[in-house]
Amino acid sequence: MKVLDEFGRATIGFFEYAGGISILAGESAGFLVRLRIRFIETINQCYILGVQSTSIVILTSLFTGMVISLESAVQAAQFGLGGLVGGAVAYASVRELGPMLTAVVVAGRVGSAIAAELGSMVVTEQIEALRSMGLEPTRFLVVPRLLAMLVMLPLLTIFGDVISIAGGMWIAQSYAHISNDTFLASARQSVGFEDVVKGLLKSFVFAAIIALVGAYQGLSTRGGAAGVGKSTTGAVVLSIILIFISNFALSFVLFGGR
Amino acid sequence: MSQLLAKIDGVSLSFGDRIILKNCNVDIVEGAITCIIGLSGAGKSTILRLLDGLIKPDTGHVYVHGHDICHMPEDELNEVRRKISLSFQFAALLDSLTVGENVALPLREHTHLADSEIRKIVMDALDSVGLAHTYDQLPSQLSGGMLKRAGFARAIVMRPELILYDEPTTGLDPIVTHLITDTIVRLRQKLNGTAVVISHDLHSIFMMADYVAMLFEGAIIAYDTVDRIKQSVNPIVQQFLQGSEVGPIPI
Repeated sequence: MKVLDEFGRATIGFFEYAGGISILAGESAGFLVRLRIRFIETINQCYILGVQSTSIVILTSLFTGMVISLESAVQAAQFGLGGLVGGAVAYASVRELGPMLTAVVVAGRVGSAIAAELGSMVVTEQIEALRSMGLEPTRFLVVPRLLAMLVMLPLLTIFGDVISIAGGMWIAQSYAHISNDTFLASARQSVGFEDVVKGLLKSFVFAAIIALVGAYQGLSTRGGAAGVGKSTTGAVVLSIILIFISNFALSFVLFGGR
Repeated sequence: MSQLLAKIDGVSLSFGDRIILKNCNVDIVEGAITCIIGLSGAGKSTILRLLDGLIKPDTGHVYVHGHDICHMPEDELNEVRRKISLSFQFAALLDSLTVGENVALPLREHTHLADSEIRKIVMDALDSVGLAHTYDQLPSQLSGGMLKRAGFARAIVMRPELILYDEPTTGLDPIVTHLITDTIVRLRQKLNGTAVVISHDLHSIFMMADYVAMLFEGAIIAYDTVDRIKQSVNPIVQQFLQGSEVGPIPI
């Protein structure tokens, strides 16, 4: 009986959570469609959530591109396949690693920041104060963050793709003596405009996951400082899990077996 | 006969297994300061949140200007809330905004006034609470008493008909407590409005209240003018007013 109780509780909890996030997403979409947007705050959030994430995106993308190149370039060159390295790096960066790694590192930085900020506002009654002034917390706080993420994560992803390919190119030239022209020609042959667009489609979905999970975790914070910590951790863990799951689903739908 | 601005009518409310209010009734007389007293955790702040529509009762009704706000859609409720202001125990100013921006927030969101007009109104509100010099400061730069007064400034900036004060003097020294009490009385006179104050500070309550309601075990057990409450024969009221450990209130 106890096992059934626990199972029942977990099931209810899951549907409550899924329902809560769906309602938040629906409300936010409603404000976006009706253009009830705080533009200045959105620009401010673009800077805080997006521009300030640039350095970690540069670091992760650069080293990812470099390591793919390092693993593949030397061996490929030994077998006379150096001309394929650029394609391998670009293919992996644009279709998979670029969107996903950028989303994961941004989830760690931004998802936690959103959850912590909104969670602190809950425990210090600032959210209740907004409601008591007749202001909707979703429009006031969630929509600017969601919109900022939807704009900035795809831009960061493009930036990350370029940095990753540049890092790979540098390693290919330094260690396997593959010329930049050969590297870039291979990259252009392997990755088309369609792949870039599909990679960006993924990053839109990841942006929504990061912003909505962070906001929902923050707004449902209970229990003071400990609650804020719990919400913050939960936001990062859940965002990353959802990014991995949705990445598989999106790859399946967008790229199929190709 | 005194006219009622708001009324809590037969409200019961529980959080999980914990009963907060049971068949609770409170009248809020227009133009008066009504103070609600009671033990810590008795549900006094809950009454303020019911009056502001932030919490819905399990049963019963909350009327503001004769309209039941318990079953109003959120959009309509937001319209009602523009005539009501809640001043929070710890001010609840948005810590990312300056004091001036905090006070200006309701005006910016709900009116189409020009920036210069908003600044003038905000300065007037801050001046009313003696904080005109804090316009550009962040909430983190203010002391506890100043924060509460900045919260008052935000509460009055839309010239509400009803101001709800949640423990305005808790945790303050006697001088600041006197200043805050005096500010509440002055603001009521200035706005010609109605106020509900939750407080444990009896000296402060007797200075400002027109009516006092005592909440005990989820219900209002006494409601009267200050003089009559002081003379109440209810042993629970007397024990509370005397701060005695001996009496019917379980410690």
